[in-house]
Amino acid sequence: MAELPGQIRRMSGGISQLIEQIYGFSRRCLFRVISMGPIPSHLAFIMDGNRRYAKKHGLEDGSGHKAGFSALMSMLQYCYELGIKYVTIYAFSIDNFRRQPEEVQSLMDLMLEKIKSLLEKESIVHQYGIRVYFIGNLALLNDQVRAAAEKVMKTTAKNSRVVLLICIAYNSTNEIVQAVKKSCINTSDNMEASGNYKHEDRDSDIEGTDMENQEKRIQLVDIEENMQMSVAPNPDILIRSSGETRLSNFLLWQTGNTQLFSPAALWPEIGLRHLLWAVLNFQRNHSYLEKRKKQL
Amino acid sequence: MLSLRVRPPTSFDFRRFNAGDLERRWRLSRDCFLSFSPKLEENRGVRFGVKSSKSEVSFTAAEEEETLPEELQPELMPKHVAIIMDGNGRWAKNRGLQPWDGHRAGVEALKEIVELCGKWGIQVLTVFAFSTDNWIRPRIEIDFLFSLFERALKSEFQNLAENNVRISIIGDSSKLPKSLLRVINEVEEVTKNNTRLQLIVAVGYSGKYDVLQACRGIAQRVKDGEIGVEEIDERLIEEELETNCTEFPYPDLLIRTSGELRVSNFLLWQLAYTELFFAQELWPDFGRSGFIEALTSFQQRQRRFGGRKS
Repeated sequence: MAELPGQIRRMSGGISQLIEQIYGFSRRCLFRVISMGPIPSHLAFIMDGNRRYAKKHGLEDGSGHKAGFSALMSMLQYCYELGIKYVTIYAFSIDNFRRQPEEVQSLMDLMLEKIKSLLEKESIVHQYGIRVYFIGNLALLNDQVRAAAEKVMKTTAKNSRVVLLICIAYNSTNEIVQAVKKSCINTSDNMEASGNYKHEDRDSDIEGTDMENQEKRIQLVDIEENMQMSVAPNPDILIRSSGETRLSNFLLWQTGNTQLFSPAALWPEIGLRHLLWAVLNFQRNHSYLEKRKKQL
Repeated sequence: MLSLRVRPPTSFDFRRFNAGDLERRWRLSRDCFLSFSPKLEENRGVRFGVKSSKSEVSFTAAEEEETLPEELQPELMPKHVAIIMDGNGRWAKNRGLQPWDGHRAGVEALKEIVELCGKWGIQVLTVFAFSTDNWIRPRIEIDFLFSLFERALKSEFQNLAENNVRISIIGDSSKLPKSLLRVINEVEEVTKNNTRLQLIVAVGYSGKYDVLQACRGIAQRVKDGEIGVEEIDERLIEEELETNCTEFPYPDLLIRTSGELRVSNFLLWQLAYTELFFAQELWPDFGRSGFIEALTSFQQRQRRFGGRKS
């Protein structure tokens, strides 16, 4: 008789494992069907609503972000299973530094813990062969977080199957400012170099030097190649949870032709159905957008 | 094909899509250059009591408060609204008309919105008339658009000047026809001191182009020794952007019609914290009711700018 509860526990454990396997199998079948159509190559997420989730469920303050992290892991798993190569997430904005110091500190601690966990053997990084980039003004982070981030970037540099871009201490306007600075430095270096060349050849035509100056003018590609996000193509879809419909200074340069979705679900509540909805809509508009891209 | 009719972010009001409303729109589009409604001319003599501080706009004229619909609160009105006027071509196609009929109808819709902005105390209205990406359209359509724009400016400019509206044009003017450029310069010059509403029309504009030309301006200043490379920051770029022609360069609200969920490279830098509203109607059908819906949605939003509302 005493064995019964144990047997029941084992059975229920076995049943739930079975259900999980059936669910995973049917999900992969569904993804295979959807992959018949075009699949976006780059998905971006603004993970909004963690604190509201904690409040809604009467949890303590930090648990909203923890729930958000497990939602993120599920989302990454679905994205990589579906065959999406690049995923970008907005983890921490430069504007978020203006929050209460305790909250900022707890977020930093959570991020340090999770960044370190990425290097563990069982982590999703090894499961899917993810190359991780940390995008943002890393100098604004404390030394521990920055060191951990750099270590992850170095360790995963050889992976090439899929890419995860984590925007931390990031602002799109800040990214553009840095790119503009680099472009100006490159241009003035080029001008100096050509100036030295000109001194040697005094007979050069005035019009000729004007033309050279025209060519040395900053072009769009100069700014774009200096952007930190140039390691990935532009996002095809941007999903912002919690129903807010704004970009909040995220990927302004890159989202010119990105489909924007703002489901009302808070980030920890985000699920497979939201991803499917976004991808199906993307497929609906895909042929029109491809035509436009070719024309341009 | 699965049809997942999850409710889109904007509410879709079927009542607006009655035949009567469409009929009215179509009738307006046949006579393309109607002048502004008499009501606006009556209000000409009424002065707004606008405080110069950026945080508040107050109305001292009782007539203006009456014209604001009851759903909208005056203290939560956006200062700067930007609109992507999308859907003229589709509107015309749905009715079996030519694309230029759609653009003419679009001009009518724009006039209505400009009038409402002037009445409701919105300080700046930016409209996306022609993008750098639109150059790929057929030549005949582009020529028509520019001649339509030129005629609209010439015919409406007196009205706008009298109604204290300032017009500014932003964008790459190097490819525009010379006659249009002349009219633009004249209109900008004559209306530059008007204060009631600033209408910014983006022609040959794109967000990336704006940042690029700002970057070139900064590079030139660095080359001339005016500033050091280390001094380049957000503020410097803002000064060089073409939207520096206004006191409120950042839209509070961006409206895009025709149901497309994209920004299409309009006002890149300036949209950092802008609330986005995607309307299902095509632009010629987007009138007062669509505008009220957009403004109502805006007024219900919680803007935190990265911080916390505790």
